[in-house]
Amino acid sequence: MSDTVTTPPRRKHYLNVDYGIKSWLLTQDHKRIAILYLISITFFFIIGGVMAALIRVELATPLGDLVEADTYNRLFTAHGVLMVFLFLIPSIPAVLGNFLIPLMIGAKDLAFPKLNLGSWYVYNLGALLMVAALLRGGTDTGWTFYTPYSSTFADSEVILTALGAFVVGFSSIMTGLNFIVTIHRMRAPGLTWFRLPLFVWAHYGTSLIQVLGTPVVAIAILLVAAERLLHIGIFDPALGGDPVLFQHLFWFYSHPAVYIMILPSMGVISELIAAFSRKRIFGYKFVAFSSLAIAVLGFLVWGHHLFVSSQSIYAGLIFSVLSMLVAVPSAVKVFNWTATLYQGSISWQTPMIYALGFIGLFVIGGLTGTMLATLGIDMHVHDTYFVVAHFHYIMVGGAIMGYLGGLHFWWPKITGRMYSVFWSKIAAGLIFVGFNLTFFPQFLLGYMGMPRRYHAYPEEFQILNVLSSAGATILGLGYLLPLIYLFWSMRYGERAGDNPWGAYGLEWETSSPPPTLNFDEPPVVTTEAYDYLSLREKKLA
Amino acid sequence: MWKNVPLFPEQASTLASEVDALYLTFLGISIFFGLLVAGLVIFFAIRYRRRAEDEIGRPEKAGIWLEITWSVIPLAILLGMFAWGAKVYIGAFRPPSDAVEYFVTAKQWMWKFQHPQGNREINELHVPVGQAIRLTMTSEDVIHSFFVPAFRVKADVLPGRYTTLWFEATKIGTYHLFCAEYCGVEHSKMGGSITVMEPADYEMWLAGRDTGPSVVASGQKLFRVKACSTCHRPDSATLAPILHGLFGEEVELEDGSTQIVDENYLRESIMNPIAKLVRGYKPLMPTYQGQITEEEVLQLIGYIKSLASDATENQGPESDSSSPASTPDEG
Repeated sequence: MSDTVTTPPRRKHYLNVDYGIKSWLLTQDHKRIAILYLISITFFFIIGGVMAALIRVELATPLGDLVEADTYNRLFTAHGVLMVFLFLIPSIPAVLGNFLIPLMIGAKDLAFPKLNLGSWYVYNLGALLMVAALLRGGTDTGWTFYTPYSSTFADSEVILTALGAFVVGFSSIMTGLNFIVTIHRMRAPGLTWFRLPLFVWAHYGTSLIQVLGTPVVAIAILLVAAERLLHIGIFDPALGGDPVLFQHLFWFYSHPAVYIMILPSMGVISELIAAFSRKRIFGYKFVAFSSLAIAVLGFLVWGHHLFVSSQSIYAGLIFSVLSMLVAVPSAVKVFNWTATLYQGSISWQTPMIYALGFIGLFVIGGLTGTMLATLGIDMHVHDTYFVVAHFHYIMVGGAIMGYLGGLHFWWPKITGRMYSVFWSKIAAGLIFVGFNLTFFPQFLLGYMGMPRRYHAYPEEFQILNVLSSAGATILGLGYLLPLIYLFWSMRYGERAGDNPWGAYGLEWETSSPPPTLNFDEPPVVTTEAYDYLSLREKKLA
Repeated sequence: MWKNVPLFPEQASTLASEVDALYLTFLGISIFFGLLVAGLVIFFAIRYRRRAEDEIGRPEKAGIWLEITWSVIPLAILLGMFAWGAKVYIGAFRPPSDAVEYFVTAKQWMWKFQHPQGNREINELHVPVGQAIRLTMTSEDVIHSFFVPAFRVKADVLPGRYTTLWFEATKIGTYHLFCAEYCGVEHSKMGGSITVMEPADYEMWLAGRDTGPSVVASGQKLFRVKACSTCHRPDSATLAPILHGLFGEEVELEDGSTQIVDENYLRESIMNPIAKLVRGYKPLMPTYQGQITEEEVLQLIGYIKSLASDATENQGPESDSSSPASTPDEG
């Protein structure tokens, strides 16, 4: 960490190897593609965030007095569509996974570098379609596109938005496919499956879902477009279709999609907890297999979105019990992380604050999820703010906390620079407090009975809504700070060493930022994952 | 400031206390585990904070018994909660036999109700306290969802089919009715109220208005006007099945399968008669799709159901025709 002064000949790394715009747009380097993704998803996170802000301002008063009802509906639809398809799903896999998986397994790149670059272009093509839909007035179906509203009744840009989601889905499949092949074929000598970092295991599970689930939502979306254009009767009962069929097809993907968002985040958390406890993750194999268990069981629980949709009582019973099962591997992860802290050497660095915050929020999100899986509770809180709060705890509290924690952890590796420790801790604190203030009141609102997607609401719900909007302000500030200090650090930040945290892992053995082909010499692995004993001995030797 | 801001919805149905008991128990379990994890995380993070720059954690072997313990305990609790939740849910979707049937037709963006006595209301429903009420619901356009937080009941309302829901109000008052499934521009305005009254007040309320003909009477009139009675005769099963006593029974279809005659089957048979033809009949009946409103279909069904319960009242004597599955030729 003190060798910042003595670097007279400029070392070539992936960032300074070439500067032209073409060297970025045509790059096949997984690290550069990760940066391209980082820029894209940050852009859409900001737009989606601005829409959330407008929604929260609108909901500060019970009367819908800021924007028209129709505008409000288009806002929450755009917020959902952008955040889910253009930010959350690609976030950790396409940025951190892309950057880190080859480094973590000691490979020069992903298995298919051109496919990787192609996935970014496909992503942007889909994004462009969605932006075009927005510029033409947006869509008002909600991100769930429920039929027959979306297929027959909605008078907005449904097809363009749906097509965008369809196209973006392919980028997700490409990334997943690339990861699966890479993890199977390109591990460094000695890096057996059970020596893999848990981040890689989590991405393996995620990739399976991406490859197997995404085609189904693509089909569902295409059928909606076909019904709108050609009036074939698939979902609209007036044409002989079945509206609930769409919900089955949609959730068959979209429920596993939640695990596309949360599993990579769990992978990040495993890395952070190991690194900042300087200890092997307790129950490594259980944590690894729990990722696969979640990926597989995740495909069998979609019907819990249909408990009050006229689905038969027996289907409800089966989906309810399966949903309870999927909670067990999640609980196993939480207990193992907690046990890892025991007798660890715990450092309160910024990424660790995110990791500990993640555990808290994920526990709340997970427990409320099992409440929703309970039939007798769901029929009351289904489609209320209770659900909104629950999935924000998972997708924002869980996925984004993991994403930000990971970004702060690997930032010195990605950029070679360190950010302001002070400001990053302030931001982490603001995000944790702001998040809870925004979304905790929504649990109460939901149980009180406030339905989701309401532009106006009865007066007695106002105070909790005001609290939520106030929390959103703090949360927004918390998100703004990293944008500033991370940017700032790229130019002015202190140079980070190769391994600023003293963490175990192949990515920390190469230089920061890494060279284009990642390692000067191909690494050979001789130790188990998170073997801090050997790391210390190596340092002493 | 908090006086008018209740943090818990009112309990105004027999179901409400059941759902709340389930919820509060689960909440208690959740708080226990949440605090347990949070407490351990905070305690460990402080107790084992790094004290020297080159310090590492003490590695330990994973204990298989520990893993089993913290898998099995949550699993057992979750299965218990599942079973309890399932019990409440099944109860909520199986109306008691003495429930009185009301009809609900939803459309963008209003709720239309019809009392069995014939009275119609829009966005408001008056019901007597202490009486089980069963709603048979359908939509004229998109999916809506009938939600009364104070009763803890919710069920989606679909176009092209019937869903049902029941409740028994326990407390006099007026409660919010919401549409819980996003249904378009004025979704948040698609609400109204349920007013729960003393039975005597309810009777007075009914009497004080122009109730119009009862559901059964309206259905009976439609049955004649729409010429259903030409073929569906009480005394002859030659052209069409006799409808008396048919509701709730099982009929055999052309392909040999059987079908319970319920509201959804009757609706389908009116809108698309040849979809599930009773064995032995020719596809003679024309479709009524587009020629009859959803409310009229409900009235017809109400009438057909009344034939099941009392065969003599509406069509004269034919005591022998109400045997189940009275199709003409079985073989």
